[in-house]
Amino acid sequence: MSANELLYTKSHEWVLFSDDKTAKVGLTDYAQKQLGDLVFVNLPSEGDEAEAGAAVADVESVKAVSDVFSPVTGTITAVNEAVLDAPQMINESPYETWLFEVGGITGREEFLTEAQYEELCQKEG
Amino acid sequence: MNDVKLIFERSCEGKGLGLLPALDVPEAALPDGFGRKTAPRLPELSETEISRHYKTLVKRTYGVNDGFYPLGSCTMKYNPRINEEMAALPQFTQIHPLQPERTAQGCLEVLWRAEQLLCEITGMDNMTFQPAAGAHGEFTGILLVKAYHKSRGDEKRTKIIVPDSAHGTNPATAAMAGFTVVSIPSGEDGCVDLEKLRAAAGEDTAGLMLTNPNTLGLFEKDILEITKIVHDAGGLVYYDGANLNAVMGVARPGDMGFDVVHLNLHKTFSTPHGGGGPGSGPVGCKAFLTPFLPSPRVIKNEDGSFRFERDLPQSAGAVKEFYGNFLVDVRALAYILTLGKEGIPEAAKNAVLAANYLMKKLSEHYDMASGRCMHEFVITLERLKKEKGVSAMDVAKALLDHGIHPPTMYFPLIVHEALMVEPTETEPKETLDEVAGVFASIWEEAQKNPAALHEMPLHTPVRRLDEVGAARNPKIRYEFE
Amino acid sequence: MGSYIPSTPAQREEMLRAVGVSSADELFAEVPASVRCKGLNLPDGKSELEVSREMRKIAAKNTVFPSVFRGAGAYNHYIPSIVKSIAAKEEFLTSYTPYQAEISQGLLQSIFEYQTMICELTGMDASNASVYDGASAAAEAAAMCRDRKRTRALVSAAAHPDVIRTMRTYAFAAGTEVELIPVKDGRTDLSALSSMLGPDVASVYLAQPNFYGCLEEAEGFAGAAHAAGAKLILGVNPIAAAILKTPADAGADIAVGEGQPLGMPLSFGGPYLGFMACKAAMMRKLPGRIVGETTDVDGRRAFVLTLQAREQHIRREKASSNICSNQANCALTASAYLAAMGPQGLQEAARQCHAKAHYLAGKLGGIEGFGLRFPSPFFHEFVTFCPVDPEKLTAALEAKGILGGLPLEGDQAGCILWCCTEMNSREEIDALVDAVQEVCGK
Repeated sequence: MSANELLYTKSHEWVLFSDDKTAKVGLTDYAQKQLGDLVFVNLPSEGDEAEAGAAVADVESVKAVSDVFSPVTGTITAVNEAVLDAPQMINESPYETWLFEVGGITGREEFLTEAQYEELCQKEG
Repeated sequence: MNDVKLIFERSCEGKGLGLLPALDVPEAALPDGFGRKTAPRLPELSETEISRHYKTLVKRTYGVNDGFYPLGSCTMKYNPRINEEMAALPQFTQIHPLQPERTAQGCLEVLWRAEQLLCEITGMDNMTFQPAAGAHGEFTGILLVKAYHKSRGDEKRTKIIVPDSAHGTNPATAAMAGFTVVSIPSGEDGCVDLEKLRAAAGEDTAGLMLTNPNTLGLFEKDILEITKIVHDAGGLVYYDGANLNAVMGVARPGDMGFDVVHLNLHKTFSTPHGGGGPGSGPVGCKAFLTPFLPSPRVIKNEDGSFRFERDLPQSAGAVKEFYGNFLVDVRALAYILTLGKEGIPEAAKNAVLAANYLMKKLSEHYDMASGRCMHEFVITLERLKKEKGVSAMDVAKALLDHGIHPPTMYFPLIVHEALMVEPTETEPKETLDEVAGVFASIWEEAQKNPAALHEMPLHTPVRRLDEVGAARNPKIRYEFE
Repeated sequence: MGSYIPSTPAQREEMLRAVGVSSADELFAEVPASVRCKGLNLPDGKSELEVSREMRKIAAKNTVFPSVFRGAGAYNHYIPSIVKSIAAKEEFLTSYTPYQAEISQGLLQSIFEYQTMICELTGMDASNASVYDGASAAAEAAAMCRDRKRTRALVSAAAHPDVIRTMRTYAFAAGTEVELIPVKDGRTDLSALSSMLGPDVASVYLAQPNFYGCLEEAEGFAGAAHAAGAKLILGVNPIAAAILKTPADAGADIAVGEGQPLGMPLSFGGPYLGFMACKAAMMRKLPGRIVGETTDVDGRRAFVLTLQAREQHIRREKASSNICSNQANCALTASAYLAAMGPQGLQEAARQCHAKAHYLAGKLGGIEGFGLRFPSPFFHEFVTFCPVDPEKLTAALEAKGILGGLPLEGDQAGCILWCCTEMNSREEIDALVDAVQEVCGK
């Protein structure tokens, strides 16, 4: 895969690899619109193990809570602490607001390209 | 308009009430290091000002006696005044929970009689009144299931099956009791899908949690088959009593095959909701689960007196101090004595009639989630939302301007844009007719001027609130200057 | 037969016709015939007058004691008249949980005020809208502290027995266990705690004052718990809290307690009130309802149920608690009580409880065989030895209209737990002492 290319998951996360072993993860614009105004974010701790497809974080709106799944298997190497204080960043600029970074990646889900992801969103309405 | 003052903002140093006589024994000093640095900043007010403060708050609170209150699943029936009077008798309110039993025979009799009567109504053999609310009763009931399997050494039963139409408390309860939740989707008809249930039930099934009628207001017509499937798999069946008002006196959970039930005395048995509590969530069970009930249990002696039995070695444990919300149980007993054997089914039948009547009237404009109902029905505003952009929230808020408490919103989760309406048997036909008129006028407004509905309510003490701001920057106590 | 059905038979006929059925029974067509009830075996319904007579007859079988010296988790305090009238107002009494904030501002504001008062009493930053009672509050507090790595809850053996039992039940549910910290001289043994602490301990629960009435050196427990990475939960009596060091100052992370002394009658054990407050860092772990301040679209101050995404109706099986109500009417009672008492009144009540208990202890101490069981300082309850069978003494006092102290069981069998509040006049206390003397004295 090429670094610096935004990839997507079926569960509406985006993934951005900085190298083979390291990637940042955030929520897509579609996801933030579905959730509405976010009011709280729970992030993993540095050093936590992440498994591809398993929930590692969650985000809350007033009336809903939604898991954020790690698209890759590895170790959490950083979390975006700014989001903890200002969850609205996800609503305002979803693709610039990463939630956590996974390093030492040993496995990954199947990702969607931008075109494939757009198709998925269309389908889900 | 000025904001209503908080009680702290009314406070003025030096004011107070003359409540206590002067100390008539020598003072005693606290040992060093135990004392508090500063007094708590409680309000200092005269009795006049306290009275007026709470009167101001009363005017901004909506109770059952203020008007129609059709909160689905909450059974907001009229709360008879006689029940309040009985619960306020000093011979109930001034009894210490640890008085010798011989001096509290009346209290024990209340618990014993309420147990007999409610067991007859539910088809159960024994009941505990310790749980303080519905969710607390669920927790207790599921613990009976857990303790039962454990007593048999049947440790592999780790799963509780819950239909996707269930109240959120059901999965939360099962998880709190250490079980894994298996959610099964409802069938096309809104009832439990028997095939899905068969597939889910197995040797790891501890039990099934079900409310009947279900949250769509439908009676599970295959109920005997449902309970049999779970029993055949070795699991137990739990009855969530939230909707008992539809069937009390008409059909008993015990006869449907349920092993354990919880009731909400504050719903079905007319005790007031109190703005969120206190309620009472007694749990009834079949005899084989009785050993697992919380202690103590009330036993009637041969001479007609009553005692507590505390030696219950298999009990799943206590869930609360003492014996539960006793004064709530007093109210429920007075209610059951009032209604009696004819009145109990009569209440259920009229609750179902009121719901069917109102559903029929509202169907002229609104879409229903299903074609029939028991004591409550679910409106879906999906079409109105698509065509006019008017949501269930908008309709609910419009009702506020007409002095009506909105139905339960966005529940059950399986219905889009849901409004769940439960009129109860204590609403006069006149009210139902008026309410139908209000719903019709809101429908017309939604057709003509949908944008106006987004602005509602206009005439309430406050209008729509910034809930996002409240959650992002929680301010949950008054900050003194 | 009494009935609360307002429609007339003619109206019901009309409604049935509108629905398109000929009888109400047809509406139950989905109910299989085999589960149809053939008639309940219940007594016939009764008129209001008959019900009133019958209930009063049952009530009359109870004995109301003019003089009460028993506490042990339920306390006989003066309830200002205004408190009862506020809590009985029918809008407060008959409303539901305030989901529709626009028409529930009064109730919401009263809860916001309650939360503030509980924070003031405990010195904590955040309070919820209340839970069922003091025992379930303690159990919920332990659940707040538990995580994957820390599962053990250490509980003082000097906590109220019902608190211990309830905490055990909640722990059984969660697949964890409660371990008791031993008692020495009527107080929790701090040195024993130190040997029980470890990296898997989530919380330490201590009652202040404890079940025996003794005052605990809470700071030492906070220090020990924190050093091991565990949280300290302090269970406090809210009247004592008016004059004792606050839980926050004592280093507790969570303060809980039984709120019954704040204006709720004894009522044979309920309804009571569980209060819960914590430091800001744990706010989002608080179970149950929480009311927050916000504004409406016109900029007016308003109150609303907030932080709801913690709760069961949204989180479902991931919620940390299934609680979905509070004891709102009891919380209202408590805040009306605290408003009526005011800071001076509440502290005065606490001082009187403390002074009267010490006066009684001194007087009893003058009777042979009634020495204090424990040397530790106490608030308004204390344990004495008893030279005769405590049950015999209780029965003798009962005949004089006195509910004496509670005969203890287990380790402390043969001893009595006494309680005084502002309700016990000097005359009453002296009469008790005379009566005890009569039974046991020489």
